[in-house]
Amino acid sequence: MISLDINGKSYQVDVAADVPLLWVIRERLKLTGTKFGCGIGMCGSCTVHIDGKAERSCQTPVSEAQGKKITTIEGLPENHPVKKAWVKEEVPQCGYCQPGQIMQASALLAEDPHPSEAKVVLHMNGNLCRCGTYPKIKSAIRLASTGVKK
Amino acid sequence: MKDQITRRQFLKMSAGTGLTIAVAASPFGLRLLSAAELQKEGTSFRPSAWLEVRSDNSVIITVSKSEMGQGVYTSLPMIVADELDADWKNVLMQPAPAGDAYRDPVWGSQSTGGSSSIRHMYEPLRLAGAAAREMLLQAASKEWDVSIRECAVSLGTVRHIKTNKMFTYGQLADKASKLSVPQKPVLKKESQFRYIGTALPRLDTGDKVNGLAKFGIDSFAPGMLYAAIARPPAYQADLVSYSKEAAHAVAGVRAVVPIHSGMAICADTLDAAWKGREALKPVWQNGRYPKLSNESLEKEFTGQLDSKGVIARNDGDVKTALDQAARKLDVIYTLPYLSHATMEPMNCTAHVRSDGCDIWAPTQNQTGVLMLAAKLTGLRPEQINVHTTFLGGGFGRRFETDFVEEALLLSLSTGKPVKLIWRREEDMQNDLYRPANVSRIQGGLDANGGATAWSHKIVCPSIFSRVFPAMVKNGIDNAAVEGLENMEYEIPNMNVEYVRMDTPVPVGFWRSVGSSHNAFTVESFVDELAHAADEDPLEFRLSLLKNHPRAKRVLTTAAEKAGWGKPLSKGQARGIAYHLSFGSYVAEVAEVSVDKKTGMVTVHKVTCAVDCGGVVNPAIVKAQMMGGIIMGLSAALKEKIEIAEGGIKSANFADYELLRMSEAPEVDVHIVKSTEKQGGIGEPGVPPIAPAVANAVFTATRARIRRLPMKPETVLAAMKA
Repeated sequence: MISLDINGKSYQVDVAADVPLLWVIRERLKLTGTKFGCGIGMCGSCTVHIDGKAERSCQTPVSEAQGKKITTIEGLPENHPVKKAWVKEEVPQCGYCQPGQIMQASALLAEDPHPSEAKVVLHMNGNLCRCGTYPKIKSAIRLASTGVKK
Repeated sequence: MKDQITRRQFLKMSAGTGLTIAVAASPFGLRLLSAAELQKEGTSFRPSAWLEVRSDNSVIITVSKSEMGQGVYTSLPMIVADELDADWKNVLMQPAPAGDAYRDPVWGSQSTGGSSSIRHMYEPLRLAGAAAREMLLQAASKEWDVSIRECAVSLGTVRHIKTNKMFTYGQLADKASKLSVPQKPVLKKESQFRYIGTALPRLDTGDKVNGLAKFGIDSFAPGMLYAAIARPPAYQADLVSYSKEAAHAVAGVRAVVPIHSGMAICADTLDAAWKGREALKPVWQNGRYPKLSNESLEKEFTGQLDSKGVIARNDGDVKTALDQAARKLDVIYTLPYLSHATMEPMNCTAHVRSDGCDIWAPTQNQTGVLMLAAKLTGLRPEQINVHTTFLGGGFGRRFETDFVEEALLLSLSTGKPVKLIWRREEDMQNDLYRPANVSRIQGGLDANGGATAWSHKIVCPSIFSRVFPAMVKNGIDNAAVEGLENMEYEIPNMNVEYVRMDTPVPVGFWRSVGSSHNAFTVESFVDELAHAADEDPLEFRLSLLKNHPRAKRVLTTAAEKAGWGKPLSKGQARGIAYHLSFGSYVAEVAEVSVDKKTGMVTVHKVTCAVDCGGVVNPAIVKAQMMGGIIMGLSAALKEKIEIAEGGIKSANFADYELLRMSEAPEVDVHIVKSTEKQGGIGEPGVPPIAPAVANAVFTATRARIRRLPMKPETVLAAMKA
């Protein structure tokens, strides 16, 4: 049995220690907002917070997440400034990568509320978006960070 | 968002509880039907749009098109709501199930593609909304016993103008539903539009931001098994040996099932299915084409330039004109196979039972899924429920039904619901790719630099011969020559020849299809002619488009907004291109710089002008242009499927790289006001970006890029040529 603390709730899951956290969150616990994109940590769709840091859940064996605080897109409040900025800027197109983008961005702003554009790009560069919403993601992060629309 | 309901349930639910309107595409044109009339008509009509006004004032609009990012879950309801004069706050949308009722009135099939959703649905949806509005007006006038002319609608209410008495639509819905449906409702004038033409926020944003939107991969069925498939590494490679026992030894593995695409493991959990696949240790024999590679294919494609093809267009006498030209250009362009690489890998959940079947699929092709399921299961179409989820990207890939077929076969074989998720590697290596192609273009200029001749021969695989063979006319696959055979440049002698090339690599529709490659060759070559004539590339184009005002307008708008001709920072250069596809004109100006040591191209800014006729939602149009530009740029700068030893070697985002944020330019989109016929918006943003960038690279370096992608080594090679 593996014990997990996700979005402030505790879960007991009967799963092998080496199973990626992603699949436990999605397929066992049905918190499906966290997405599978590549399985090799190259796209960022599976990003969650582990003890406040943005991590690729497809690269995290579930056993390593034990005893840590895990936050998924469902656990980020609806009125979180990053979510609000995403709505205001109408970032999503297909929307599939966006939970990962939002988790990645919110971890950055938690650590540095006013990052430079270069820092934003560096921090977000591991998250792919095939629909090409990058310019809007940048605007939304700026909005969440400064409260000012471009 | 409401759960999906079947058409029968919909009718049952709506009968007597509100007003419902269907639009039927009949041989005599569009017909409007109420729910009661529809039941009487049976199934001989094809109602293609639905709206329902409920007694609680909610307006439920059923959308028959798949949402893959292009905004149809918002733009299509806007059209209905506008004609109905509904209060947008009360509008809910629900995805349509698969069924005859929801076939596209133009295509006759329920599917999403070709940038056609608004173009095909605009009229039927407006009629549905207008008919319901007139019925609600009529119901109110009857209640008040006054003339309809004394009543007016506004935001979900009907008022008696003199007395200011008021009913909400919900209060009238029941009574209106008993009235016969007007067949020729009066549509609003454009000046009366309330929603059409405005940037209403998308209805799906909140769910997508909160992780609540349900994609195909988010489907679950009680008691389901997870499936994983071991697939051959090369085309037509046979399975020589594998260890069924070892797979079964993995706890949770329930079945090892051979299917046409490989060996499937079905297990209680996803991790057991994947571990079972590992344990299977399949050994594959060499494929049927052990020498197939990018190099072998390019040699073959190029060799085919000497073959005789079919003539797709022939104006004037191109041979004589070339012979007499004062200046001739003769060049070859080479483009690669591309993967769709939707962020959501292919997946499907299916449950086949003796008396019915449920399929949860992110699909662009509900009719295809329905027909496939009927064929495989022997069930009647009405026993099959296709639940269309959100699509994590489509771009044409999800028009195919290969992933649905696998899930259905595995559910049939195991007797259980089956959830199949492809790994990224399976998705990349089992795609139906944007065709590779090679073009030889010869152009002629007269002594004054005027273009007199254009001969264009393209060697390209055929998509339509597999997907819609009946649409290949006289040996011409329109997908291969679109953008060539309808090229607008006014050159008196023009010839387009198509050589069909069949290879083991399957090809399919990829966002903007033939225009994704033909815009590159045409707009690069016209630029070559302009420079050969020593003319400004913009002016040269305009001089060849005297009778094409829409083309000229997007070109001049994009140029003006981009500051064409004005100085740039040192090392930067502009390039321009335009293309007509799916009924829309798009021009783009790219500002780039090139690192002359490494060959690295950086795109700083793209300015876009689009004329897509009447606009439903300008914010969505702009977003689609931006997205198309960035996806097109990703292909132009980085993407190429690697083929070796008879199979696809590109496997994941480590070796098939997509554009990242650090490489994405600023994008500035301008919508040209237009009263012209509506064009599409999902695809037309893609085609002009690759040539706009290549043309800018030429201006920056004098190196002409005739091969994509523009990786640094390709640019360096062009600079040395």
